[in-house]
Amino acid sequence: MLVGALAVVLLAGCASGEGSYQYHWPYFFNSIFHPDDQILYGLWLTLSISIVSQLIGVVLGVFGALGKMAKFLPFRLLANFYIWFFRGTPLLVQITFFFFGLSVAKIYTWPPIDLFGLHIEGEIQAGIFALGVNEGAYMSEIVRAGIISIDPGQLEAAKSLGMTYAQAMWRIILPQAARVIVPPLGNEFNNMLKTTSLLVIISVPELYTIFSRKQGQYFAPFEFFLAAAVWYLLLTTLWSIVQAWIERRLGKGAAGASANEPGLASRLLGYRWRTSGTGVR
Amino acid sequence: MSTIPRDILGAIGGVPKPPSEVVVQATDVNKWFGRLHVLRGISMTVKRQEVVVVIGASGSGKTTFIRCINHLEKIQSGRIFVNGHLIGYREVNGKLVEDRESNIARQRQEIGMVFQRFNLFPHKTALENIIEAPVHVRKIPVAEATETAKALLARVGLAAKADVYPAQLSGGQQQRVAIARALAMKPALMLFDEPTSALDPEMIGEVLEVMKELAREGMTMIVVTHEMGFAREVADRVVMMDEGQIIEEGTPEHFFTNPQQERTKSFLSKIL
Repeated sequence: MLVGALAVVLLAGCASGEGSYQYHWPYFFNSIFHPDDQILYGLWLTLSISIVSQLIGVVLGVFGALGKMAKFLPFRLLANFYIWFFRGTPLLVQITFFFFGLSVAKIYTWPPIDLFGLHIEGEIQAGIFALGVNEGAYMSEIVRAGIISIDPGQLEAAKSLGMTYAQAMWRIILPQAARVIVPPLGNEFNNMLKTTSLLVIISVPELYTIFSRKQGQYFAPFEFFLAAAVWYLLLTTLWSIVQAWIERRLGKGAAGASANEPGLASRLLGYRWRTSGTGVR
Repeated sequence: MSTIPRDILGAIGGVPKPPSEVVVQATDVNKWFGRLHVLRGISMTVKRQEVVVVIGASGSGKTTFIRCINHLEKIQSGRIFVNGHLIGYREVNGKLVEDRESNIARQRQEIGMVFQRFNLFPHKTALENIIEAPVHVRKIPVAEATETAKALLARVGLAAKADVYPAQLSGGQQQRVAIARALAMKPALMLFDEPTSALDPEMIGEVLEVMKELAREGMTMIVVTHEMGFAREVADRVVMMDEGQIIEEGTPEHFFTNPQQERTKSFLSKIL
C-alpha cells in the first residue's frame, strides 16, 4: 500500500509541469493513514452527531407517525404541521435559524453543557437539534408507512387479548413495522452521516469543517477534499455493514428468512455468489 | 387428544360451572356502517357452557355481530353484556358513551377471539404468541405462563412446535396455536369468526376437532361458521341471520329436519 502511494506521489511529481497543479499527495495519505487529532475529533463529531441526531429523528418519527394517525384531532394537526414545516424548509435555513436566529434574539443562547463527562458546545447542540428535528419529519412518514404496512388483523388480535392501543403498538405493531422501516432508515442514516457537513455553517468542527480549514491553510483543495471523501465513504460503508447485520436479525420469523438472505458480500457488491444448495424454502 | 389434568382444564376455562349463569346478554343491538344498517335489533342470550353456532350468507351481519361482542366494532344502540359487564360503553342518562380504553381492554381479557385469518404474531414463536398476553397483560410470571402455554400446545396437538415461527406452520397448525393463544387468557367466552374458512379442506378437520373438544369440556362458545357438521355435532343452538336480523333460532335438529323460514331453507339447501 505504502509503496503504491509513493509511486503515485513520484508520478504526480514528474507530471507536474509549468502552470499545472502541484499535487501534494502526502497531505492526502497522511490524512487517511496518519490522521491528526483534529481529523480524529472531526470524525468523532461527525459520527456522534449523526447517531444522536438519527436517534432523535427516530423517536420524533414514531411520535410523528402516531400523531398523524391519531383519532384526536389536535394531535393530528400538530403532527401534520411539524412534518409540513420541517420538510418544507431547507435544512440549512433550519440550522442557521436555530443557532444564529434563536441566540441573537436571546430566545435561547445555546450555552455549553456538560453531559456524561462531555463538554458540549452550543453550536453542537444546535446542530444536533436541527438535524434531529428535521430528520424526525422524514422519519414520521417512514414510520407511518411501516405501521400501515402491517395487517390490521394484528392490532385486532392484540386488542382481543386485552392489550391497550399503546401496548399493541409497542409490543406487536412496531416490532413488525421495524422490518419495513430499517431499509429506508438505513438510507436516512447514510444521508445523515454526510448531511452533518452542513454544520460547517455554524462552525461545528466536524469532518468537513476540519478538511475545509486544512485545505485553506495549505491550499491543497484536491488532496484534502479527496481525503474527506474517503473518510465519508469509510463511514457510510461501515454503516452498510451494520445495517445488513440489523436486517438479518430483524428477519426472524419472516417467511423464507435465514439461509436464503443474500450474504454481506453480495449485499455490498450487488453480486450473488453461487451456492451449492438451491435455496428451496 | 389426551386427557387433561384438572388444573389445566381450569386454566382453559373448562371446569364446570352452574349451567344457568348467563354469559352473553345482547338486547336490541343496532349498528350502521354509514347509511348501511348492518345489525337490525339483534338480541341473543348465551348461557354458560352453551355452544351457539351462527349461520347465514355473507353480508348477513354475523361476523359483525360477534365482533361487537368484544367491541372490535362499535354499536349505535342496544346493550351487550358479558358476565354482567356492559361491553364497550358506559350508560350516561340512558345514552351509550364509549368506555375508557383501559376498561375495554380489561373486558376483552375475558373474551377469547379466534379469527378467520389466524392473526398470529409473525415475529414471535408459537410459544411466545401464547405467553404474550398472559405475561404482558395479566402480569403472570413468565415461568408460570410458559408452563400453561406448553400444556395448551400439547392440548392442541402441537407440543413439538413451541419454538417455531408462524410462517413455518400450516394454516391448520396456525389456527390451533391461535386457539391456544386465546385460551391462555382463561376467557369466560370464546368467539370464533369463521375459524376454518381460510383453511385448505384437509386442515379443517384438525381445527374442528380442537373446537369440539373445547365444547365438550364446557367452554362457552359463539361460533360463526359454515361447517354444518360441526353445528350438528356440538351446537346447543343454531342461529340463522339474514340482512342484520336473527330470522330463525333453534336446536341443530330443528334446522336440519324442520326449518321454518323460506330463507333458511334456501340457505341450507345451498350449503348442505
